[in-house]
Amino acid sequence: MMILESLRRQPAHGYALVQHIHQRSNNLLQVEEGSLYPALQRLLKGRLVKAEWGVSATNRRVRTYEITPAGLHHLEAEISSFERMFEGIALVLNPGESTAN
Amino acid sequence: MSWITDLFRRRAIYNDLAEEMRLHLEERAEQLMREGLSRHQAEQAARRAFGNRTVLEERSREVWQWPTLESIWADVRFALRQLRRSPGFTVTAVLTLALAIGANAVVFGMMNALILRPLNVPQAASLYAIEHGSDYGYQSYPDYLDLRDRNRSFQSLAAFTATQAGLDTGKDASRVFGYQTSGNYFDTLGIQPYLGRFFHSSDERGIDSAPYVVLSYAYWHSHFQDDRNAVGRTVQLNKHPFTVVGVAPPEFRGTLLLLSPDFFMPAVNQEQLDGQNFLNARGARGILEVIGHLKPGVSPAQAVDDLNSIGSYLANTYPKIDSLKSYTLARPGLYGDMVGRPARAFLAGLMLLAGLILLAACANLGSLFAARAADRSREVALRLALGSRRIRILRQLLTESVLLSLAGGTLGLVASVVLLHRLSVWQPIPRLPVNVPVSPDVRVYLVALALALASGLLFGIVPVRQLFRANPYEIVKSGASASFGRRLTVRDLLLVLQIAICAVLVTSSIVAVRGLVRSLHSNFGFEPHNAILADTDLKMAGYTGDRVPAMQRRMIEAVETIPGVAQVASANSTPLGGVQVKSAVFKDETRDLRQSNAAASTFLYDVSPNYFQAAGTSLLAGRPFSWRDDGNAPRVAVVNREFAREVFGSSTNGVGGYFRASDGTRIQVVGLVEDGKYMSLTEDPQAAMFFPMLQSPSSQTFLLVRPKGDSSGDPQQLAAAIRIKLRDLDQEIPLETETWIDDLDGAMFPARWATVSLGVLGIMGALVAITGIFGMAAYSVSKRLRELGIRIALGAKPTEVLQAALGRPLKLLAIGSAAGLLLGILATKVLAFIVYQATPRDPFVLAGVVLATLLLGLVATWIPAQRALSADPLVLLRED
Repeated sequence: MMILESLRRQPAHGYALVQHIHQRSNNLLQVEEGSLYPALQRLLKGRLVKAEWGVSATNRRVRTYEITPAGLHHLEAEISSFERMFEGIALVLNPGESTAN
Repeated sequence: MSWITDLFRRRAIYNDLAEEMRLHLEERAEQLMREGLSRHQAEQAARRAFGNRTVLEERSREVWQWPTLESIWADVRFALRQLRRSPGFTVTAVLTLALAIGANAVVFGMMNALILRPLNVPQAASLYAIEHGSDYGYQSYPDYLDLRDRNRSFQSLAAFTATQAGLDTGKDASRVFGYQTSGNYFDTLGIQPYLGRFFHSSDERGIDSAPYVVLSYAYWHSHFQDDRNAVGRTVQLNKHPFTVVGVAPPEFRGTLLLLSPDFFMPAVNQEQLDGQNFLNARGARGILEVIGHLKPGVSPAQAVDDLNSIGSYLANTYPKIDSLKSYTLARPGLYGDMVGRPARAFLAGLMLLAGLILLAACANLGSLFAARAADRSREVALRLALGSRRIRILRQLLTESVLLSLAGGTLGLVASVVLLHRLSVWQPIPRLPVNVPVSPDVRVYLVALALALASGLLFGIVPVRQLFRANPYEIVKSGASASFGRRLTVRDLLLVLQIAICAVLVTSSIVAVRGLVRSLHSNFGFEPHNAILADTDLKMAGYTGDRVPAMQRRMIEAVETIPGVAQVASANSTPLGGVQVKSAVFKDETRDLRQSNAAASTFLYDVSPNYFQAAGTSLLAGRPFSWRDDGNAPRVAVVNREFAREVFGSSTNGVGGYFRASDGTRIQVVGLVEDGKYMSLTEDPQAAMFFPMLQSPSSQTFLLVRPKGDSSGDPQQLAAAIRIKLRDLDQEIPLETETWIDDLDGAMFPARWATVSLGVLGIMGALVAITGIFGMAAYSVSKRLRELGIRIALGAKPTEVLQAALGRPLKLLAIGSAAGLLLGILATKVLAFIVYQATPRDPFVLAGVVLATLLLGLVATWIPAQRALSADPLVLLRED
């Protein structure tokens, strides 16, 4: 989901994605950089992203991933369900606030 | 179907992935280097941050894999390991299946070639043969012309008949086999020549107007060495010049499946070959097979109506000759329904038996599998307990059985293909170009594959119920052997079923073999042993008219001078030989000589005076012929008892009585001989009559030579002496010699074929039974080895041990064979149609079957029994 969200903002290659997620999460999410790739392959197989070899701004040969329409759709569905879940969790954790609302 | 393209793109995807990861590491390392680390440190740090690259790559790849396929492959590997661990079981199973599937493939191959596959001509589906009445269904030439010109249902009608001739190409005269056909034969069939041209209806301009011959590809290939200049050459057929106009294509082997001709010639020229003319003889039925394509849109039923209306026209126009019989359509290729129907019935029977063998093999393997599964119930229970899905376990079991069946099927198919190819080149009847073109095709392979898969699933499914019924908890706790072998299981039922099936096969094969042996020693009405036949056709050497009987007499007298020869006689054909002539006869008082008034339909032989003595046919009353019974003397005949019964009403008198031949000639009976077999070994008593050859000459000559004494000298030597004597008389006579026994091969052919097939199936059935009982007994012994060891330790006698170990398999064997014997006796009633005197109510057969099953039991339980007896209690008790 995070990958799709990042790609929605702009197409990127693997390394850039890692950096992006790293920065955006304020270094909170410490995962192995390589674990990105199985996830990317799943997205590729599900036709949620597409990949193309090209040259980056720093003049490196990179494989750039781009979100597809299906990916966008999927992302929106995921986000809304995630938000619902998050809302639910929040309600359970803070019952007082919910009654106040 | 994106996964298919994924499957092929996988390698590219993997390469992309590896490259991408490498670049990622490089970029991270460079970044770190910019931050001030050394190259070495930077690379290490990059790898640390990335994680285990191999594992990650593996996991990324898994995304693309097809989990079902990969796990099936794992199943296959596991199954192979399992099978390797028990080579005895594997080999038994594969061989059993190979036998069973091979048998099915062979029988199906024959059925495919003879029944399912049409003749090799264009649009074979709409090609029909016309049958007339119930006899042979063949037509006379004038009737054929009427059918051809008056019908409105066929595109065109062609006619053909098989013939033999002496063919002289300038180098050697040899006897060849061919078709006399109507001019439109090739055009009707839609065949194009390989070389030169074919003859057409436009070539027919009356009798002897078309002296053309078309060679078959095979004959051209073997006798003209593929010489393209053969076309246009003149060859001699029975001393008459014919021009070779063309060569037929290699794939066209005539319109009879079993007889492939060497040449084709126009029927209008048949008199030159046959010496007599059938073109105007409307009554000479039973000569031409008439075939043709139905017009588009005409149904077979409409065609039959059309033909029958022509039939009633013919019966009205020629009341003396054509009696009203209904027309039917038949598949061409097997002499219409005459040979076709019994052949179909026989092959269907064989197919059924082969199917039974396969079923027995499946039952057999099913019970072995069930036994193995019982051994593995602990493993299965454990897997179930650990949460494995049943479908997963089922798939694994079926993988194992299907693997086995595919291996067996492949082996069986290879063997059957070899066998079928050998059958294809086999020439079962000497002197006639008979062979059975049964080369397998794709259909045979597909059927074998389907059978293998089906049987694999069938016997693999047997143990499933037993496995899934099991309660994992109980089994894991107490082990698998707790409840073995106390009550009747599916396994036992399968074994009984299988033994019953095998007993049916053994019974029928013993009945068939017994019938054949008996038929070889039965009374034929003549004595073929020791006698030698020399046969020729004098018209092939140019003899006609009065020169024929004169030459025959000289030949007899010449051979009589050979030392060691007792009697010599001549006949136009021999009983049970290749060709039999039948004729209608009438009572003396009959004036209206139409077919329906005939007193009998009788076999007819033209023989020389010494015939009955030389043939060993006993004369019951009256006198034999003499040389004085010639053209100037009153017509006389010798008849058999059946003839006397049918024409004179009693099988003992008749000598001195008169009857009329089919042309009305009044003939006196001067002798009475015993009945015999004339057409086939299984026929009912048939009427037969003999004419003196001087009164009824024929150029077909079978010299019958009986040596002195019982079996004096070498038949080959005598045959050589006969050939020398006859060559001295005339160089040009094509001559063949053989013992009379060998000549009977043709008549024996169906019975032999049936016996060999049934014998082979019987042996296979027995083998399957052995493996079944062996498997069961061996398993039961190995399961109870510990118990047996304790029994031995406690002082049980060997007989008691054996009874404990093998009593059950033997009991099942007894039940199964009793059931099978009963069924087999019922089944052999069917056999009686093919095999001479096949009767199951024969003490020999009953004893044979009982003995065979006893032997089977003994063989199959021998090794397990040895193992049970040698059980060493000490070793066994120490084991666990």
